Amino acid sequence: MAEGTLWRRFLGLPNESRIKTLGVAFLVALVCAASVSVTSVLLKPRQQAHLVAARAANLAAMVAALPGLDEILRASGAQSLQTVLVDLRTGMIERGADAAAFDYVAAQTDPAQSTALPPEADTAGIGRRPNRAPVYLLRGPEGLALVVLPVYGTGYQSTIRAFLALEGDLNTIAALTIHEQGETPGIGTRITNPEWTGLWAGRQVANAAGDVVIRVVRGTATSAFEVDGITGATRSSTGVSNLVGFWLGAEGFGPFLARLKAGEE
Amino acid sequence: MRKTPLTAPLIDQNPITVQILGICSALAVTTAMATALTMSLALIAVLVASSVVISLIRRHIPASIRLVVQITIIASLVIVADQVLRAFAYEMSQRLSIFVGLIVTNCLVLGRAESYAMRNPVWPSLLDGLGNGLGYALVLLIVAFLRELLGTGALFGVQVLPTVAAGGWFQPLGFMLLAPSAFFIIGGMVWAIRSLRPGQAEPDEFVLRTGRQEVAR
Repeated sequence: MAEGTLWRRFLGLPNESRIKTLGVAFLVALVCAASVSVTSVLLKPRQQAHLVAARAANLAAMVAALPGLDEILRASGAQSLQTVLVDLRTGMIERGADAAAFDYVAAQTDPAQSTALPPEADTAGIGRRPNRAPVYLLRGPEGLALVVLPVYGTGYQSTIRAFLALEGDLNTIAALTIHEQGETPGIGTRITNPEWTGLWAGRQVANAAGDVVIRVVRGTATSAFEVDGITGATRSSTGVSNLVGFWLGAEGFGPFLARLKAGEE
Repeated sequence: MRKTPLTAPLIDQNPITVQILGICSALAVTTAMATALTMSLALIAVLVASSVVISLIRRHIPASIRLVVQITIIASLVIVADQVLRAFAYEMSQRLSIFVGLIVTNCLVLGRAESYAMRNPVWPSLLDGLGNGLGYALVLLIVAFLRELLGTGALFGVQVLPTVAAGGWFQPLGFMLLAPSAFFIIGGMVWAIRSLRPGQAEPDEFVLRTGRQEVAR
């Protein structure tokens, strides 16, 4: 009853009074924020399912576009890539783990499944590194033909998620494809342009000393360890550069790749 | 025919061809019928819902913050529409990219809220929103029809004119897929409608002087 009269008194105030102005602004903001949040939360599972499907299609498309891989797939009789779970702390493949059921995105922020990174090591800007990550392998008649690493990191204003494919020598990039980002439309989004991601193919990861030196440079690349930057999208392309460097380095898949190279798994 | 809030905006008060509002999205999403239709539906939904909500609370919106209140409501509705599209029509939302989100900056929506829904009861406001949305959709679909048909020889992605590349006779006009072509088509529509209904033509702001002019020395 008292509430009813209070509400009536509020509505009865002259529109220009300070209390009514503030009250209307607050109520409109509250209702709008609530409806946006509720929609977002309710629709999240559906949107997530679409993203997962898009990621799978993206991986399949990347593999299909790489030259020579079709023959290897046919020759080896494999229908697709083999998925394994890698323990990033040791670089070892986890035997018997169900890689298909592993929720990589959830593991990235779950404190029980991830490790906080010290700021100086966190070059990809991800804060925490998951303890385990899925890796996709393809074996041909001459041994390992392709290793696909799921990588992610912070660009200019969003998390960029990509697949990085390495050739059998584990030092030549076969392809890079970015499947999720929220960079500035028309500017930062140019990192998804095939003309730019295509530049990564054939680049070398590490120099003779074994240091991961691949990076995006301003202007035009001058060596096999460099990729042209995108004018106007410096922060986004540098973000890709940083996340590739991080995931190939010691905190990322570095130990795993070293083990793979040495022949032990 | 009697003019009602629903039918008037279709041709006589069409938001695009008469008021020249909402041109930006009309250029961007009309390369294909499917995107134009989705965009039109999203805009109609947002416009109708915002008209109803703003009309409902119109007596309690303080004049000093009315634009902020209107744009907050419109922006929330746009986010909801965008999220629904992402959940139920993912492919389409990828093709429309930022243009659904840009409905919020469409002068058409704020224009109807400010000039009609703020001053009229709920039912006429709903009809006005629906009518203006349909008027917008009509122009978008006509432009998209011409652009997709002449630009690719297809309608809704289904090939209706066999292109030269596929062994047919139709040479697609690549120009139709570029934004300027929408300007030409909308310009042609404005000209055609104003020729048929001279009442829509505005008087010249500056009258051209004709005949011999005295040259000032």
